[in-house]
Amino acid sequence: MPSTANSSVSLAAGLPASPGRELAGEHSMRMNISKLNFYYGEKQVLFDISLGVAAARLTALIGPSGCGKSTLLRTLNRMHETVRNARLDGEITLDGQSIFLQDVTQFRRRIGMVFQKPNPFPKSIFDNVAYGPRINGASRPLSDVVEASLRRAALWDEVKDQLHKSAYELSGGQQQRLCIARALAVEPEVLLLDEPCSALDPISTAKVEELLVQLKSSCTIVIVTHNMQQAARVSDFTAFLLNGSLIEFSPTPQLFTTPADSRTEAYITGRFG
Amino acid sequence: MERHFEKDLNELKERLLWMGGLAERAVHQAVQAVLNADEQIAQRVLAEETAINEMQIEIDDRVVHVLALHQLMAVDLRFVLAVSRINNDLERIGDQAVNIAQAAQRILRHPRVKPYVDLPKMSEIVEGMMRDALNALVRRDVVLAQSVLSRDDQVDNLRDQIFRELLTYMMGDSSVVYPAFDLILMAKNLERIGDHATNIAEDVIYFVQGRDVRHPAVDRR
Repeated sequence: MPSTANSSVSLAAGLPASPGRELAGEHSMRMNISKLNFYYGEKQVLFDISLGVAAARLTALIGPSGCGKSTLLRTLNRMHETVRNARLDGEITLDGQSIFLQDVTQFRRRIGMVFQKPNPFPKSIFDNVAYGPRINGASRPLSDVVEASLRRAALWDEVKDQLHKSAYELSGGQQQRLCIARALAVEPEVLLLDEPCSALDPISTAKVEELLVQLKSSCTIVIVTHNMQQAARVSDFTAFLLNGSLIEFSPTPQLFTTPADSRTEAYITGRFG
Repeated sequence: MERHFEKDLNELKERLLWMGGLAERAVHQAVQAVLNADEQIAQRVLAEETAINEMQIEIDDRVVHVLALHQLMAVDLRFVLAVSRINNDLERIGDQAVNIAQAAQRILRHPRVKPYVDLPKMSEIVEGMMRDALNALVRRDVVLAQSVLSRDDQVDNLRDQIFRELLTYMMGDSSVVYPAFDLILMAKNLERIGDHATNIAEDVIYFVQGRDVRHPAVDRR
């Protein structure tokens, strides 16, 4: 008769890991942020932030308005460099290489970005998605790239018969998925999303969330969201920021059930923010 | 900041404590029915069982309502999960009290097997465990909850002692087999109530600290 311990091991073999058991430290990191301080002029808005972005996982940044989560997201593709008087110190690496030592145009091809409000170009659905590959020189026929990207963005079935219609004729939710398809068309290694569902209705939000869950196995994703339930539903790791400081960074199930810091607990249970 | 679902959570706690009071009362009365040979009290326990069952269903409905309407997180989520589990434990305690009351009715048809020494001791410990487990919930008192866990062994030892002693009586005089067997079952029922009180204490620790202290041998990493 096998011992109880052995039995439980063999009975559990083949089952997926329990939620919350994966730790960020056990996972290979696609990006690393180290001792990041960020300033708009004299005003410091991020304080000594260090965290790793796990490869092929979805990391959520949450916190009250003005906590610095969007600023942190924007440093990941060096968008802060377009803001006058903005400066930072500290280090951010992508696959171990400093992002600040790379050619910015080349670097941004590796990092896709989707914004709060859908911002399709005033072009056809096809041309929106084909825009990036056309500029960068696609290795495959454009029609293949467009179809593959629209499929990955879960939009293909809805638009396949109207690819040459204006993107503006799509609904808000479809426009946002088009923007995700456009970002995916250049095959980014990391996808950054800044409140991607805040302008969408609940059904469109559900579609985008479903899409993110599907995408994360093939793409590293970082999302900023005001919606804590959304972070809980879609992310693997969650970082809670408050007043520019990283308060807690944990596997998502852990952060939302047993947060280690009382400030995290107060925020996620609605006691402030 | 006052949160709009605070009222729902407070009402949930009040209902659970009310149910806890009913379960404590049922256990106390069922034990007294045996110790004081009081058939009427045994009847009362049987009559009052419905109130506990109704309360279980009402609390379950409230739990579903709170979970469906408020996306609870962290300590609030752990509280509602703990309430849901404690609700089940209290209902099972009510069932055990009914078992004791029914045993009391059978025991009373026979002459007393022996003076009761360990049964009052055991019931006092078990009722104390129930009371303290619920007080620990109200006060969020992990130390008190831990003290409930530490009393479980005493209860198990008393159950074994009562079993051994009554077995001796049964072997010596076959006419006491029926009442003695019911007293053994009663000790078993009390031991189960102690286990439910232990579960409640474990749920309190989970609610307050997020620590799952059940089954320490299970690897949780």
